[in-house]
Amino acid sequence: MPAVAPTTDLPRPFKPRVEATAMNALHRVLERNPVWYATAVLLLKTPPLYRAFTLIERVVKHGLFACRMCGQCALPVTAYACPMTCPKQLRNGPCGGVSPDGSCEVYPGMRCVWLIAYERADAEGRVGDLRRLQRPIDQRKWGQSSWVNYWLGEDDGLWTDETDIEHAPLLLSGGRRT
Amino acid sequence: MSDSANGIVQPPAETYQPAHSHLQAVLQRGRFAVTAEIGPPRGANVAPIRRKARLLRDWVDAANVTDSQSAVVRLPSWAGCLVAMQEGVEPVMQIQCRDKNRIALQSDLLGAAALGIPNVLLLTGDHPRFGDHPDAKAVFDLDSIQLIWTARTMREQRKLLSGRDLRPAPDWFIGAVENPFAPPLQWRAERLGKKIAAGAQFCQTQFIFDVPTFTKFMEHVRDLGLDKRCFILAGVGPIKSLRALEHMRREVPGMYVPDEVVRRLRGVPDDRVAAEGMQLCSEIITQIKTIPGVAGTHVMAFNWEDAIPEILQRAGLPRQGASEPALRSSK
Repeated sequence: MPAVAPTTDLPRPFKPRVEATAMNALHRVLERNPVWYATAVLLLKTPPLYRAFTLIERVVKHGLFACRMCGQCALPVTAYACPMTCPKQLRNGPCGGVSPDGSCEVYPGMRCVWLIAYERADAEGRVGDLRRLQRPIDQRKWGQSSWVNYWLGEDDGLWTDETDIEHAPLLLSGGRRT
Repeated sequence: MSDSANGIVQPPAETYQPAHSHLQAVLQRGRFAVTAEIGPPRGANVAPIRRKARLLRDWVDAANVTDSQSAVVRLPSWAGCLVAMQEGVEPVMQIQCRDKNRIALQSDLLGAAALGIPNVLLLTGDHPRFGDHPDAKAVFDLDSIQLIWTARTMREQRKLLSGRDLRPAPDWFIGAVENPFAPPLQWRAERLGKKIAAGAQFCQTQFIFDVPTFTKFMEHVRDLGLDKRCFILAGVGPIKSLRALEHMRREVPGMYVPDEVVRRLRGVPDDRVAAEGMQLCSEIITQIKTIPGVAGTHVMAFNWEDAIPEILQRAGLPRQGASEPALRSSK
């Protein structure tokens, strides 16, 4: 799969430039359906188109979320605060090093991106989303289009259901993406 | 493990036998458990670990051997664990995600099981920024929750992350950490819940100096029913000097020392700070012992392990050994 170079600068916490509610609405438009699936297949078959599409995705998501092009987007369940901007790239919530004032331990003065995610999720009544267990990412997907990967169903099982908290599935059993 | 006279650990049996965790047995029996931390030295020398292990042997149920904590190069945890075992101390092997990818992490877990290290503590790790190699690559291929989940998958699903079968399945008593004092405070118990869902069986907390906030955290833990699914060991530690206090407050990530503790330690003459620090630590243990859902304590006295016996004694946690001969020799 052709890939657009991911950003090479080190991850730093980033406050998204758009409200989570607006993004949730947009997500419903972009939700996987036969049309988007066909689009994804077409893009894959036409490398120049795929590259152009991925470049657009990169520019848009970089501007809005400081997207680093991991190719397996967690934004829909992190209130659209990108966990890959965490200096430890934690996918499952904040580390224990957040200072009492909410600063990132690595960049004092910058707000922890997971704290931002928590506050945005709380405001939306979607803290339950943060309860989902996030599976390890596939490091080969850096630079790929996460939209295409999502439409193709490659992200299925990236995270568990939020109700799985008591009886979490084992890591290798694929979950259902909701 | 065997208590051979020359202090040498017997090699593990030809076929894999899961190691018995004394720590797990104590917790399951409902006795207040005590663990402590042993920091390995910054050089190729096991003598300091041997000395610390001997010092703690009769006082703790298990001792954690840290894994290059604060992102400083130290003797590896597994090596320290083997030395602790030779000295008759059950080890808890710490493994963090900063320095290793999923291949090395799973390899370390297999090593722990094969060598008879019965307990592992799986954590994310401090960022290299804090250590002696700030120019190092921060790996973070997995996070702590994914590493815990991996260990449970290796044990229960008998597979590596690649899907490859593991026969026999390795076994460990799986531990996690949690910091009740880092924002978002109202979500910290939930985060522990994620770790438990992933597979954590025990949890050691960050240093507690603020008992009211910890009490509130434990209320939330009980509301979620987490204390029934995971043993919680409250983390404590003595402050040795005003310099150590300032270091903790300014340099150590995730550390919260309330103003009244600062005032109390600054309020005594310089040569009394260490004694006051030990006294404070004993008092905190005494207080947290009464909080419902707290199953034990974890004492972190970095480079001041000598203080631990007296702290425990004053907190009403006397020398063990003699009281439980049967359990000790059955290990």
